[in-house]
Amino acid sequence: MEVESMYRELILDHYRNPHNRGLREPFDAQVHHVNPLCGDEVTLRVALKDAGGEPAVADVSYDALGCSISQASTSVMTEALIGKSVREAMGISGAFLELMQSRGAADPDEDLLGDAVAFEGVSKYPARIKCALLGWMAWKDATAQALGSAGVAEGKQT
Amino acid sequence: MTSATTTGHPGPAGEITPPLDVAGIRADFPILGRAVRGGRPLIYLDSGATSHKPRQVLDAERDFYTIHNSAAHRGAHLLGEEATDAYESARARVAAFIGAAPGEVVFTKSATEALNLVAYAMSNAATAGPEAARFRVGPGDEVLVTEMEHHANLVPWQQLCQRTGATLRWFGVTPEGRLDLSGADALITDRTRVVAVTHQSNVTGTIPPVGQIAALAHARGALVVADGAQSVPHRPVDVAALGADFLAFSAHKMLGPSGIGVLWGRRELLEAMPPFVTGGSMIEVVRMEGSTFLPPPERFEAGVPAAAQAAGLAAACDYLDALGMPGVAAHEEALTAHALGALAALDGVRVLGPLTTRDRGGAVSFTVDGVHPHDVGQLLDELGIAVRANHHCAWPLHRALGVQASTRATFYVYNTHDEVDALADGVRQAQRFFAVA
Repeated sequence: MEVESMYRELILDHYRNPHNRGLREPFDAQVHHVNPLCGDEVTLRVALKDAGGEPAVADVSYDALGCSISQASTSVMTEALIGKSVREAMGISGAFLELMQSRGAADPDEDLLGDAVAFEGVSKYPARIKCALLGWMAWKDATAQALGSAGVAEGKQT
Repeated sequence: MTSATTTGHPGPAGEITPPLDVAGIRADFPILGRAVRGGRPLIYLDSGATSHKPRQVLDAERDFYTIHNSAAHRGAHLLGEEATDAYESARARVAAFIGAAPGEVVFTKSATEALNLVAYAMSNAATAGPEAARFRVGPGDEVLVTEMEHHANLVPWQQLCQRTGATLRWFGVTPEGRLDLSGADALITDRTRVVAVTHQSNVTGTIPPVGQIAALAHARGALVVADGAQSVPHRPVDVAALGADFLAFSAHKMLGPSGIGVLWGRRELLEAMPPFVTGGSMIEVVRMEGSTFLPPPERFEAGVPAAAQAAGLAAACDYLDALGMPGVAAHEEALTAHALGALAALDGVRVLGPLTTRDRGGAVSFTVDGVHPHDVGQLLDELGIAVRANHHCAWPLHRALGVQASTRATFYVYNTHDEVDALADGVRQAQRFFAVA
């Protein structure tokens, strides 16, 4: 089936066994995001640390309910971003957004995105793009809040 | 696709309603000929969201534009007369469809707008003349809704309370998806000013006893507003028998065009109600210092009339009455019973709401253990089956039933029993794909 190009094995694995799940302390900011179109919800916390003079992602913890795409994407996101500098993480997040908006025409950078390239197929099913972005948008929002109003708003505003 | 069974369906008085000629009906709907994913034929089980349109409706709307197009109620010319005639004939046609007088039918943009019209009329009553007093609500007054409502018949009442200081109260639902009327005596009191209730749930198909609720409400002097978006298209509705004071419904859910809906209201109420949307068409005399308004229904129809859409809706009424609404209801009841049975036979599938067709219409919403509704919907889409997946604009109802979201199939005149079988088979395939079966 064509839809198997979206439901790659890696995505189904992360859906069945989500990584970094649960709400942990300490944290610097918590957000609650919802996808009103399909009922996906996520409560997400970020904990930042100082790494060589710039902020870095110490932890991303979450509690989520939703479809396989939103759950798996959130799980993959935490794997991709934990330990990175916020600057790097914003770059990865921007690249993922571009991939989602590519309508199947992208050539994703696997070095940058890691396992998140598995979501390439979502770009051909526009109704699922918001699902795939839910966790990533929640992370951006929480990180911006954690950094305060003078946060690192690099890259495109989405 | 095969047509419905060749035996007729027994009606409420034991009479046999001839079955619909589903194959013939399907031939009237151009969109049913198209292919979807992977070239598969379209199996459309989302008429609860919007229905498809037969040639006859499309032709009526197009004919208005190609032959009679003009601004109704205006113009000193022939086309203006024809447009006015088309619009007012449509009003009379729609009125006849629900057993009402033409002057009691207000054309709106949609059922949602119709419900907002009543809610805003009630807050506007605070600053209107003394004849509007019966519509006023304020601190100490209560607005009674239900947990089963579509957001269109919930949020406007929440907002009315916020604007006026009135208190929102509500009937709950039972685990079986019926309205919990056990607390009715405590909920309908002398403080109740308006009761808003669905005439048929868009999630569970539940048909609450609107007449019974209306009797209790009227005994306390409260108004009753019924949401008929899912009832008027699917079974015979007669406003004289309904018991409510207002009924809202949409054209696009009953084979008609998008962009037009109806508010039916008792004449004496509409006469006393202040307007919601104001502007041209609904005025009597306009001066810079102030304006007066026309009697109903024109008072509630500001702007150039949506005459083309009204013509389409009238054609939809003709189409449905030619099929016979008892037959439409019987066809859907058979499909619903089939769907309820087929889904009940699947392990790990829970249907929300009543599990028989008693006082239950054709919306079948269900959950699948271990598979999110959006994923169920995606798999069904892959098979050409169109359903809806989320909370279907009834989020509190889902919470009350203990689920986050559901997958919903809805049936209409062009659906077949083969399509119901395809739905059940598709759900089984989704269970296998996500390795829960």
